[in-house]
Amino acid sequence: MNRYIKQLKEGILDQNPTLVQLLGMCPTLATTTSLENAFGMGMAATAVLICSNVFISLLRKFIPRQVRIAAYIVIVSGFVTAVELLMRAYLYSLYQALGLFIPLIVVNCIILARAEAFASKNKVLPSAMDGLAMGLGFTFALCILGTVRELLGSGSVLGFRVLPEAYPEMVVFLLPPGAFLTLGFVIAAVQKLRGMSEERRRRRAGSGARQSAEPAAAGTEPAADAAVISASGAAISGVPGDAAPAAGSPDADTPERQAADRKEDNKT
Amino acid sequence: MNFTDILLLMFSAVLVENFIFSRFYGCCPFLGVSEKPDTALGMGMAVTFVMTVSGAATWAVYRYLLVPFGLEYLQTVAFILVIAALVQFIEMFLRRFIPALYSALGIYLPLITTNCAVLSSALLIVQEDYSFLEAVCFGFSAALGFTLAITVFAGLRARMAYADPPRAFKGFPITLIAAGLLAMAFSCFSGVQL
Repeated sequence: MNRYIKQLKEGILDQNPTLVQLLGMCPTLATTTSLENAFGMGMAATAVLICSNVFISLLRKFIPRQVRIAAYIVIVSGFVTAVELLMRAYLYSLYQALGLFIPLIVVNCIILARAEAFASKNKVLPSAMDGLAMGLGFTFALCILGTVRELLGSGSVLGFRVLPEAYPEMVVFLLPPGAFLTLGFVIAAVQKLRGMSEERRRRRAGSGARQSAEPAAAGTEPAADAAVISASGAAISGVPGDAAPAAGSPDADTPERQAADRKEDNKT
Repeated sequence: MNFTDILLLMFSAVLVENFIFSRFYGCCPFLGVSEKPDTALGMGMAVTFVMTVSGAATWAVYRYLLVPFGLEYLQTVAFILVIAALVQFIEMFLRRFIPALYSALGIYLPLITTNCAVLSSALLIVQEDYSFLEAVCFGFSAALGFTLAITVFAGLRARMAYADPPRAFKGFPITLIAAGLLAMAFSCFSGVQL
């Protein structure tokens, strides 16, 4: 059970497919003009990801290695067609808003990457869980972007006006340039948080009290959440990192290092 | 269908409705393979080649295979298979007959199967109900727009390598922000009335 929780955490936070692994940029940029569209896209991709992971995992012993990519694509496109038809039947307005990006889930790199890296090597249940975790991670990233863009671009969240009437709607955030800019700033924030946690981990490794990273994992607001990302990330990747500073990592590991790092962070 | 219409279609596919900057098709290679101008140009040429041929092939498959049998709902599956087969075939053909071109484009060809620009151009051709000539011209010019975008962007990134952004912005974020600024420049074309 623990293992699945860890998998979920990896997919949503530490190994987030969009914000950390930087996969699947097209739907991320294109469908996040509003939170509703972003969530719909994320859920559609999650459904396909779970189904295709399960199916590929079931067939992993029968698919010949040479044609595996083609086989994966056919399996994925079958599920994508099913999801597309279901959405057309039951969620028509969302289907129209997402447009071509529903069939384009076929060529979403996240799905092929998980099929190749995980489902083709693991049993069914972990593969399904991996699909769920990665799909939720993708949805999470899309929702962050969707919220920011909808809030800045039309002053509302989920269609409800949040900001006062006097707020001038910055339409640029709904247009393509805003998509690139928002994603750039969000990923910069993620890198910043990861850098901070790295530093914290190193300092903790220095004082030999690394174990306390895990229990800190309980937070609801985004900032605390992000701190959890980094804390748990530190705990997981901490094993080799433990020795690294002693062996002389790229960053200097003198006592002044922490102060210097801090200063650099403040500067940025 | 006269010449002016074709020309307008091509102009709009290259600039006004640029695949990267106004439609977001093909962003993965755009962000991934744009570190050096010459590799970017190679990728662009490979995409242009595949997209032109696949525009024609998927048009034919749709019109003469899917429509007569009432299988339009299978278009995604059919198109991705056609594209995968086509890429494989082009790769073999080039290696056998035009080795020079193969050595220039070879490494990019397998990547193109999962390039969403190719699949989306095939789907758009069906959606817009283009004729055969329009389909080929659309595929070619949309890919030309992709090549233009990726080459220009690679030039920018080559200059950006010397910049010193804040630490959190290093790497991917600053690249995305540059892409955003370039997209702003391209968005001026969206005011063009055709």
